Amino acid sequence: MTAIVHAHHTPTLSERLKDASAAAFIALILGIPMIGMTTVDQGGFLAVMTRWPQLALFVGLTFAGRILFSLALETIKRRSQGRKSGKSAASAAEAANAALKRGTKPESVIGWLAVGIAVALPIFFSEDRYIIDIATSVLIYIMLGWGLNVVVGLAGLLDLGYVAFYAVGAYTYALLSTQFGWGFWEALPVAGGLAALFGVLLGWPTLRLRGDYLAIVTLGFGEIIRLLLVNWTELSGGPNGITSIPRPSVFGYAFLPPDTEGSIADLLGIEFSPMHRLLFLYYLILLLALLTNLFVTAMRRLPLGRAWEAVREDEIACKAMGINVTTVKLSAFAIGAMLGGFAGVFFAARQGFISPESFTFSESAIILAIVVLGGMGSQLGVVLAALVLVMLPELGRDFAEYRMLLFGFAMIVIMVWRPGGILANRAPTLIHVPTGDKA
Amino acid sequence: MMLQMTGVHAHYGHVHALRGIDLSVQVGEVVTLIGANGAGKSTLMTSLFGAPRCSSGQIIFDGEDITRLPTHQISHRGIALVPEGRRIYPRMTILENLQMGVSYADPSNFEVDLKRMEALFPILESRRHQAAGTLSGGEQQMLAIARALMSRPKLLLLDEPSLGLAPLYIRKVFEIIQELNRDYGMTILLVEQNANHALKVAHRAYVLQHGEIVLSGTGQELLSDPAVRAAYLDGGSH
Ligand SMILES: Nc1ncnc2c1ncn2[C@@H]1O[C@H](COP(=O)(O)OP(=O)(O)O)[C@@H](O)[C@H]1O
Ligand SMILES: [Mg+2]
Repeated sequence: MTAIVHAHHTPTLSERLKDASAAAFIALILGIPMIGMTTVDQGGFLAVMTRWPQLALFVGLTFAGRILFSLALETIKRRSQGRKSGKSAASAAEAANAALKRGTKPESVIGWLAVGIAVALPIFFSEDRYIIDIATSVLIYIMLGWGLNVVVGLAGLLDLGYVAFYAVGAYTYALLSTQFGWGFWEALPVAGGLAALFGVLLGWPTLRLRGDYLAIVTLGFGEIIRLLLVNWTELSGGPNGITSIPRPSVFGYAFLPPDTEGSIADLLGIEFSPMHRLLFLYYLILLLALLTNLFVTAMRRLPLGRAWEAVREDEIACKAMGINVTTVKLSAFAIGAMLGGFAGVFFAARQGFISPESFTFSESAIILAIVVLGGMGSQLGVVLAALVLVMLPELGRDFAEYRMLLFGFAMIVIMVWRPGGILANRAPTLIHVPTGDKA
Repeated sequence: MMLQMTGVHAHYGHVHALRGIDLSVQVGEVVTLIGANGAGKSTLMTSLFGAPRCSSGQIIFDGEDITRLPTHQISHRGIALVPEGRRIYPRMTILENLQMGVSYADPSNFEVDLKRMEALFPILESRRHQAAGTLSGGEQQMLAIARALMSRPKLLLLDEPSLGLAPLYIRKVFEIIQELNRDYGMTILLVEQNANHALKVAHRAYVLQHGEIVLSGTGQELLSDPAVRAAYLDGGSH
């Protein structure tokens, strides 16, 4: 059993250079297909052209940026350290407490910064449909990553079929809305609950399995759900999927063209713009993702959430300590699945159209990669990994067929470079214990 | 009577690991179980928790038949195990490890018990927020014992607590065992290969061989028994 702990020490110059070289190396590998080559239309067929100078610039910028970034982080860390050590005469316990808070500070600063950027993003790009669309996709993956993190990162159960719950959520909303006229907000809890039920359904027979065996069964489960959706045409529409899924509404008002009943533009007396709906969807998924984060963070601090991690760490010790491992594992499966179901509802409402094609194994693989690369159990790590893994293929659109290759490369490189994930340090769940004898 | 095992048999598939164990622990006693590797010592302890479930025989704890009780409920009755190899939660902090020890017990005792444990094992206080996996082996053993004690057990089971520790910590472990028993009246069932130390702290002791109890008596009796001396002391084979 290995413990992954990063001691806080100031990196030396050579360490910094090494680190920056590693980053530049990744940039080079990723950059070759994305920047180094481009396709041009030559009289009806595509030809590949090379752009080495741009690639060199990109790699150089990455190298410099990485050094600057690590210096900046160091400065933030040192500043908050200075503030803390100003108060002397702390007992050993308080020093440890302070060390803890100091250790988490840069991360929480970055977290708040990220929220700020996410909230402000549409202000700067309110007319750029492409950016808002990608940002929305990133947020969906962040939410899915946080959901799967409960199962894989916290409870340590390797789940390769997570997309099944995403599908359950999406199809539940699609069917409830198109067949029974349910609204987004009514369908949301039902879809989440149904996904949770499927989570238990998967969890129950796999309780005794671990590692590889569990991975194989969950993989199969994901495929079963997908095949069910393909073949049960009466329910799911088969390979054609379900179309005309209503978009989410705000208190009964929808983003419809003017002079249509229930149009928000009419209600607010503003000019209609299709961008409004996109912006609304963006903020909606931002809200859902943030709620997911708060929920998971709160869960981690409850006895149940702590038990998830304890089961990941040592199941036998848990049993000896009277923890009902069955309940703990099932609850992790159920809650992870529920969060995936919520994301699925949003997905269906955003696309307006779903089919089994959206729920293939590669989706599960991407979500799992986000969790693993992010640093299992780290909330901020998931954000960074989602950004990298969703945006990279987006940048390298012309090379869509290399998407998986790119993916593999990124995974290998990150795993070699940072075996514990991008952010491997785990935030403790018990921070301060008030003790009577200390001020 | 705190614990009474009568005619307990247990199997791992075809391996017949326990062959009719009769063993008892009185309130306030330290009872030691010695035996060679593979004799079934760990199995005896975990069979108390139903893993493996005994195929025949009976286990009475504190007047209640716990033979068929679900695993997670058995520790709620007041048995705590310090497992072989410590099995702390390495990536969780020391405080979290201790918290896990009380996960089902009355949480209002946490503060008081935490202080008691930190007084008993001062190393734990200064490292509260450190990942438990970064502790040394001896420190991890202290944590494992403290974690078990956090549930306020009536019976403490220790499975080879001195295994792989530096001499300083071996001494410390046996000191703690005596202190817990003497000052807190803790009833203890101790499994050890370190027979010399273990028999010295024991009121009574059993010798386990191939899943059977072959000898029992007071700690002193076994210490001076020629067969025991030959097999487990005097540099005898383990
Ligand atoms: N999980 C298991 N599966 C199968 N056999 C086991 C298992 N655990 C222990 N055994 C076998 O049971 C016997 C007793 O083992 P154990 O109780 O660990 O002995 P000890 O603790 O005295 O070294 C050994 O023969 C061992 O190989
Ligand atoms: Mg053993």
